[in-house]
This record gives sequence, structure tokens and C-alpha cells, in this order.
Amino acid sequence: MRNFFHRKSSCEVAKDRLKILLISDRVSCSPEVMELIKADIIKVISKYMKIDTKNMDIQIQAKGSKSSGRNKTPVLYANIPILDLHSK
Amino acid sequence: MENESKQQGCEVIVVTSGKGGVGKTTTSANVGTGLALLGKKVCLIDTDIGLRNLDVVMGLENRIVYNLVDVVEGNCRIKQALIKDKRHPGLYLMPSAQTRDKSAVSPGQMIKVIEHLREQFDYVILDCPAGIEQGFQNAIAGADRALVVTTPEVSAIRDADRIVGLLEANGFKQIDLVINRLRTDMVKRGDMMSATDVVDILAIPLIGIVPDDENVVISTNQGEPLVGSTFPAGIAYSNIVQRVLGKEVPFINLERGISFWTRVTGIFHKA
Repeated sequence: MRNFFHRKSSCEVAKDRLKILLISDRVSCSPEVMELIKADIIKVISKYMKIDTKNMDIQIQAKGSKSSGRNKTPVLYANIPILDLHSK
Repeated sequence: MENESKQQGCEVIVVTSGKGGVGKTTTSANVGTGLALLGKKVCLIDTDIGLRNLDVVMGLENRIVYNLVDVVEGNCRIKQALIKDKRHPGLYLMPSAQTRDKSAVSPGQMIKVIEHLREQFDYVILDCPAGIEQGFQNAIAGADRALVVTTPEVSAIRDADRIVGLLEANGFKQIDLVINRLRTDMVKRGDMMSATDVVDILAIPLIGIVPDDENVVISTNQGEPLVGSTFPAGIAYSNIVQRVLGKEVPFINLERGISFWTRVTGIFHKA
């Protein structure tokens, strides 16, 4: 993800921070709640397979649905690398 | 000019932002004055009870007798609390009370006052206080549409987003964005979000971009809104006024730098 040859401009940093911040603001889902959800997901998935908890990524995104702009439906996005499908 | 009559229909516009100090009062003063310059009958209302400012920005602070709270409490008639701006026919200000607090007025009372004003004015501009408490609820209660003011900074944009959410929840259909204090030089360096970036994030229609212009400070010092002047911000406000009226005015490309502004002649000319 990070490009070491290109330092992000402060404008890009601001945009990236705001995009993530506003999504959680809009659905009023705090980072603490996200952590709880993440922990629970790990618990459930781990019952069936071995997953890479360090590199997993869970966040709420605004996926474009029918209408554009502010009325996008928030989507819970989870990217969970599987280490072993048959752990049990 | 004396008998300027009201045209059909009245539009009530609330100018709001969430965060303080981003330019709500300056925007209210300039949009209101700009509409009056075009012959509209305009009433500016300062709804920031306890922290009134619109009167000083308009240069009318010495003429206050009655205020919004007096009207609401029945100490005077609406007409008595309206200060006529002698420089612009058709422009009036209803000041806020300095010695009271926000609980002195309720949303229901605001709606009543505005209903009366609708009969006499083409435009009622409400200068909203910062925050999302009762002052905000009072200011938005009787409004038809909203102008949300923000600067290209993370804190102001976050608050603006919150405000837009609240306005939508209160049934507002027309919410337009004013981006204030944009600095072209910083945008070019990649150290400030551009207007496109801000619109992208907030996802509401853009109605104006006001460049960071020291003349705003100067005009505030003098108590005379700069709308209609050929200063960069003056032209920007004139353009916002045109867009408020529903006219399509192209956005001047700020990327070309400030020097470009001085070559542009505004729609208004100084008399």
C-alpha cells in the first residue's frame, strides 16, 4: 500500500483521513465498536479456518449504490487472508 | 427606490457551518447585501443570541434599539426591531440579543417571526450560531434552504458533514456548499484540499468558492460587506448571489492564481 518513493502531500493525507472518519461519523459507528466487531468476526471465522489476523482489514465503506453522493449505502468490508482452510 | 415592492414568494435561507469562525456571518452579510444590490427586499436575522456579530459586520451596531428576543417576548413589534441599512434600499437587519442566552427563543417562535417576515421580504437570511444545540435548531426551524459554509480544513469539513446530515434529517431538500478561504498557492503545493476535493467528500452541490482575501478583514473592520466590489472575495460573493437566484455562473478557475482576479470585472460596479 505505502509507496516509499512518494511522500503523500498533506492534502492527500487530509482527504484519506476525512474519508474514513466521515464514514464512521455518518453511520455513528465508533472505532471501539469496530474493534469489537473485528474481534467477534475473528472468533467466528477461526472456528472453521486458520486466518491471518495480523493482516486482516475490516472497515465500513460507502459503496456506490443506486444514488450517488451522500446516500450511498454503507458496506462492511472485510478482507481476511486465510492461512489454512483445513485447520481442523 | 423608496417604494421597492416585494416580488412574489419569499425564500428563507439559513447560513450554517457547525464549526465556528469559518465565515457564516461574513457570508450572511455579503449574500444579503448582494441580493439587496440587485433590488431584492432582504431581511438579515442574527440568530446567535448572546454572541451577536452580524450587526458589527454590517456596520449597524450603533443603531440597535430592539432585538429578536424583544420581538419574541412581545416587547416590541417586528417592524421596530428591523434596522434599515441606509446604504442599500430594501436591506434590513434584525439583531440578536447580547444579554440573553439561546433558550430565550424557541424554534416555534422563530417560525412565527419568519412567517410574518415572509409577507414583506423576498429573502430572509438567517445567520446561524456555531454548534448543533438549540441555537442551531432555532435558526433552521423556519428555513427553506441552507448554505453550508466550510473552509478546506479537516475540522471544518467534518463539522460541515455533521450539519448536512442534521439538515437532511430535518427535511432540507436544498443544501448548498460555500467553500471559504481557499488558498490557491497552498492547493498548488498540495498542502490544501482543493474545491473539488471538498465537494467530493461532502457530496452536496457547490454554490461558491471564496478565496482567502485580506480585503474581507478590511471590509469587516469598516463594517461594509465587500460584495459587489472587484476584490477577489467581492466577485466570489457576487457570483454566489447570482447562483442563489438560480442563475448559472461559471466557477472562475482559481488555479490561475490571484492575479487573474484583478482582471475580472464583477457583475456589480461600484457606484
